[in-house]
Amino acid sequence: MHLNELAEGGGEWLRGTGPESDIVISSRIRIARNLSDFPFIRKASDADKKQIESAVEQAVKSVTQWKNRVSYVNVNDLADLDRQFLIERQLISRELAECNGVRSVAIDHDEKFSVMVNEEDHIRIQVMQSGLDLFEAWKQIDWIDDCIEEHVQYAFHKSLGYLTACPTNVGTGLRVSVMLHLPALVMTREVDKVFRSLHKINLAVRGLYGEGSEAMGDFYQISNQITLGKSELDLVQQVNDVIPVMIEYEQKARDFLARESQQELKDRVSRAYGILSTAQTISSEETMHLLSSVRMGVNMGLIDLDIPTLNRLFIHTQPAHLQKMHGAALDIADRNIQRASYLQQELRNYKN
Amino acid sequence: MKCQHCERPATFHITELTDEVPDELHLCEEHARVYLIQAETPELESPSIAGALAQHLKIGQAAEELARLDQQACPICGITFYEFRHAGRLGCPHDYVCFEDKIEPIIMSIQNATQHVGKRPKSGMDGTDRRTELIRLRRDMEAAVGREDYELASTLRDEIQNLSASMEADNSSE
Repeated sequence: MHLNELAEGGGEWLRGTGPESDIVISSRIRIARNLSDFPFIRKASDADKKQIESAVEQAVKSVTQWKNRVSYVNVNDLADLDRQFLIERQLISRELAECNGVRSVAIDHDEKFSVMVNEEDHIRIQVMQSGLDLFEAWKQIDWIDDCIEEHVQYAFHKSLGYLTACPTNVGTGLRVSVMLHLPALVMTREVDKVFRSLHKINLAVRGLYGEGSEAMGDFYQISNQITLGKSELDLVQQVNDVIPVMIEYEQKARDFLARESQQELKDRVSRAYGILSTAQTISSEETMHLLSSVRMGVNMGLIDLDIPTLNRLFIHTQPAHLQKMHGAALDIADRNIQRASYLQQELRNYKN
Repeated sequence: MKCQHCERPATFHITELTDEVPDELHLCEEHARVYLIQAETPELESPSIAGALAQHLKIGQAAEELARLDQQACPICGITFYEFRHAGRLGCPHDYVCFEDKIEPIIMSIQNATQHVGKRPKSGMDGTDRRTELIRLRRDMEAAVGREDYELASTLRDEIQNLSASMEADNSSE
């Protein structure tokens, strides 16, 4: 598999077809694991990292079901653009892209899972599903964890559970997260209030690209804060339980907007569509912002487009995707021109 | 004038005076809001750890005692409590054992629990302590190589190989 082949596609999490996919973009679960006979990354020497890496590579390559279906990529050797591309696709974390030394990622060709090696922990497994499908994601990741564990010995403490480099992950090492598109809650300025109530029940809210990232395009990730003292299924259940409530809040806000300020809402959606289909140069940020309005308009039946197409526009207009598809590096000004012409062309094609 | 971060008109003009040279910012309403919120709450790498540590250490801990705690080091990986406190990251699995009494209250305030109830490794977990011994041996070996003490390094290498082999044998006989 070549990374360029991935660029043309959209990835599992953007398929836009799973349960509740008008508001729920994707479901994601990751687990953190460390080998018992090596120091955590902070204290690992280059020789340690190499040995960890080769142990995990062997484990990954011994899974017969993954033969010809999983690529093992050395992140240290990748060009910056390729690393950025994998971040945009959510196949690797920013931390893995930016840290130093021997590190790699195993990527499922359907992009339903990836295994990062030598990130904050020795092993970070993540599974992604389109729409709301957390229990399926847990089933998958539980199986992957078992497969890898057949070949390595995890650091495990009888009362603290799986040991991780940061005590915020100790125990299950589990982070369950659901990405939601909440434009109406943002427009009605209720989003902060909703998030404060989530914090009270130990759920965290992050932007599109995880910790520290802003909520670009009104995308938010909701995830569990604690990892110890509850079983994996309980943690999955806790996040799963709150999603229908979030969907209901967003739906109510959309109904409110449709009822109370329909003209304004229609104006916003069609202006957004107008700019996207006619702009000559446009930044990534403005694109996200406008696509968010159009996406809401599509879900509310105000505009004729489909969600998979829109999701594709979201990802393909990201800086690294744009350059990968263009086949060469572009500076910011050229990217903005390229982005505008890509959007024009795609939206025109859809109409025809 | 356009906003520095997007195409919308800049309606907020902020002059930041904290640096030596005044910093001028021209932002739209949305970005001004984001900027001002960020300025109010500086983001820490791992806020919960920093918070938990601060909370834990405030409880009647004299400065000398903190200094003493800070100097304690893990015999396996060599990380000091000070280094952990500042980085928010541990050095090896054994830190959870050797810093147990200091880390447990931190875990309690982050996780509100100290007992794992989820999945367990299928292979059983005996031998984890012996495995951490491998971490120490490898570290000692690297240090010996660094000092050009090749005799000690080769003894340590044999020890590592024997220990690994005996653990492999234990695993396959399970």
